[in-house]
Amino acid sequence: MKSLAELQAIREKTLNRINLRKEEEGEVTRVVIGMATCGIAAGARPVMLAFMDEIQKRGLQHVTVSQTGCIGMCRLEPMVDVIMPGQEKVTYVHMTPEKVGRVVAEHIVNGRPVEEYTIGAAEK
Amino acid sequence: MDIYRAHVLCCGGTGCTSSGSAQLIQRFEEKIKENGLDKEVKVIRTGCFGLCEAGPVVIVYPEGTFYSRVKVDDVDEIVTEHLLKGRKVQHLVYSDHATHEQNANKALTDINFYKHQHRIALRNCGVIDPENIDEYIAFDGYMALEKALTTMTREQVIEEILKSGLRGRGGGGFPTGLKWKFAAASVADQKYVACNADEGDPGAFMDRSVLEGDPHAVLEAMAIAGYAIGASEGYIYVRAEYPIAVKRLEIAIGQAREYGLLGKNIFDTGFDFDIKIRLGAGAFVCGEETALMRSIEGKRGEPTPRPPFPAVKGLFAKPTMLNNVETYANVAQIILHGADWFAAMGTEKSKGTKVFALGGKINNTGLVEVPMGTPLRTIIYDIGGGIPNGKKFKAVQTGGPSGGCLPAELLDTPVDYDNLIAAGSMMGSGGMIVMDEDNCMVDIARFFLDFTVDESCGKCAPCRIGTRRMLEILERIVNGKGEEGDIEKLENLANTIKATALCGLGQTAPNPVLSTIKFFRHEYEAHIRDKKCPAHHCQALLSYVIDPEKCRGCTACARVCPGGAISGEVKKAHVIDTSKCLKCGACIEKCRFGAISKQ
Repeated sequence: MKSLAELQAIREKTLNRINLRKEEEGEVTRVVIGMATCGIAAGARPVMLAFMDEIQKRGLQHVTVSQTGCIGMCRLEPMVDVIMPGQEKVTYVHMTPEKVGRVVAEHIVNGRPVEEYTIGAAEK
Repeated sequence: MDIYRAHVLCCGGTGCTSSGSAQLIQRFEEKIKENGLDKEVKVIRTGCFGLCEAGPVVIVYPEGTFYSRVKVDDVDEIVTEHLLKGRKVQHLVYSDHATHEQNANKALTDINFYKHQHRIALRNCGVIDPENIDEYIAFDGYMALEKALTTMTREQVIEEILKSGLRGRGGGGFPTGLKWKFAAASVADQKYVACNADEGDPGAFMDRSVLEGDPHAVLEAMAIAGYAIGASEGYIYVRAEYPIAVKRLEIAIGQAREYGLLGKNIFDTGFDFDIKIRLGAGAFVCGEETALMRSIEGKRGEPTPRPPFPAVKGLFAKPTMLNNVETYANVAQIILHGADWFAAMGTEKSKGTKVFALGGKINNTGLVEVPMGTPLRTIIYDIGGGIPNGKKFKAVQTGGPSGGCLPAELLDTPVDYDNLIAAGSMMGSGGMIVMDEDNCMVDIARFFLDFTVDESCGKCAPCRIGTRRMLEILERIVNGKGEEGDIEKLENLANTIKATALCGLGQTAPNPVLSTIKFFRHEYEAHIRDKKCPAHHCQALLSYVIDPEKCRGCTACARVCPGGAISGEVKKAHVIDTSKCLKCGACIEKCRFGAISKQ
């Protein structure tokens, strides 16, 4: 160990992996995937794995992926909520692993929700 | 280094390991794999969460669901319900003793047990994987060492510790900064830093939990201490009875060496420091600093007179700085957050927090960390959950065999070094044993003295002979053969031993006797004069009687009595022949009418 930078690098890398154990609400972006029977049947699991994969590839800090139950709109599954600190919750519907890359890049990284995938667009 | 959507934290402390957490972890891993979740969910073995009474403890993140008393058979349900379907297994969720509230949707920190706590020494216990240095680094690990080495002078480090008001957590309460200053002032070609992990008080397990849950915190602090006093070598003296702690320390030292956080030229500053482990063979006296050092040297573990103090002539006759595990666990945090941050907690003369091991007649047996100055009542009732089975609180024993018993009148005493000493006890390493109305205080004093007599090394006469004479008197009293004047004899012996014994073991050995005499003299008198034990605990002073009004003559007691002491006709009141009675209590357990009692 030669410098603080080296130590910081390990710290950041590991934090990314364990930040779901830190209970600091308000700083963490949460990706919540509907994984009740309906969600799983509609293909939520590959979507979740795609999120985890993408987040890891980009080495994103302060993002957690978790699952939730059915919120009642089973026909729109797989549904994914992205909750960023200080912003309103954005709900994406009919998600596929292919759509995940754009959501991560545009919304989670750059803060611009992908309008066309959201529930608002689907319900028009 | 993969990310996961859920972490299953299983306690791998000694308490939970003995209640089967190792099998639990294995089962979790199997079941998670079976359900195809092994890329999504990770199982992590952590250190002690503190709530050992509810062990084995499992916490599932990100929800923070707190499962208690989890059995291997429960794992299937947690995996298929919670991890697969996202539904918490309500009946396994921890429920509070006092309120019967479940924490289902609350954060861990909202549980009564944790709400009043403030965790500094235990901050990482139950949060990180102790066998993974990266997780320690993620929680600011080794940042303090870097800060000390690259931005602070030796004097500044010592000044910071001094200013923080940190005092030795092993029991004595000597200002840590002062100890460092003395060791730094000694001039020698070689100096040593040592860590006292020879935790021997019955019922105390604070140090064990720190070593098991956060071993790197101790290593980092020892390196900082090494830099401050100019030492390049450290020794950790740890009990061989702590196999999990020893194993995790070994892993931690290996990882730290690999990262260059121990070894040569740390952080490119030219500072060298390395740590070795020495195992203690389980002698209580080896927790005393001079005896500990003799033991590290490979000699017989016996204390030597001070001066010379270890800061001048310690290990291998070189200046040595010895601190307790819990003391070290605070050091990195002080360097990182500053002395003022630390000094803002606690009381005027006792700063920071203290870890206590709660045991005895208490609902939440376990490990707690509270700011200094927290009243005993808060610790025992709010955190500890009070006394089980609706019994009445009688006393709390603090400081182990060196401390004393405090009665209910002193429950509002704010706990710090000076208040406890003023009350006739001491902080000690932090064992806290709660006693209820069924405990006989004379017998408690006898128990602790029996321990010290056993553990006396025999080097000095006051301890070797004096404590044994005291024990003989106490045994006489609990056996109903106490004589007038025994209390005075005990006091006389106790004061002499306190004044003349060579080391801390002997000097403090009479404390349990003195404090019980001070607060519970009437119990001693009842034993001696009336030949009665007010708590109905001492076998020799008990007699079992059958209430003829309540006895239905069912003969159940007569049939179970191993001594044939109970006689009587069917459907008529029975009687116990006290000369034959063995006082085993079997008849009380058998009687369905509550007709038999102890007197």
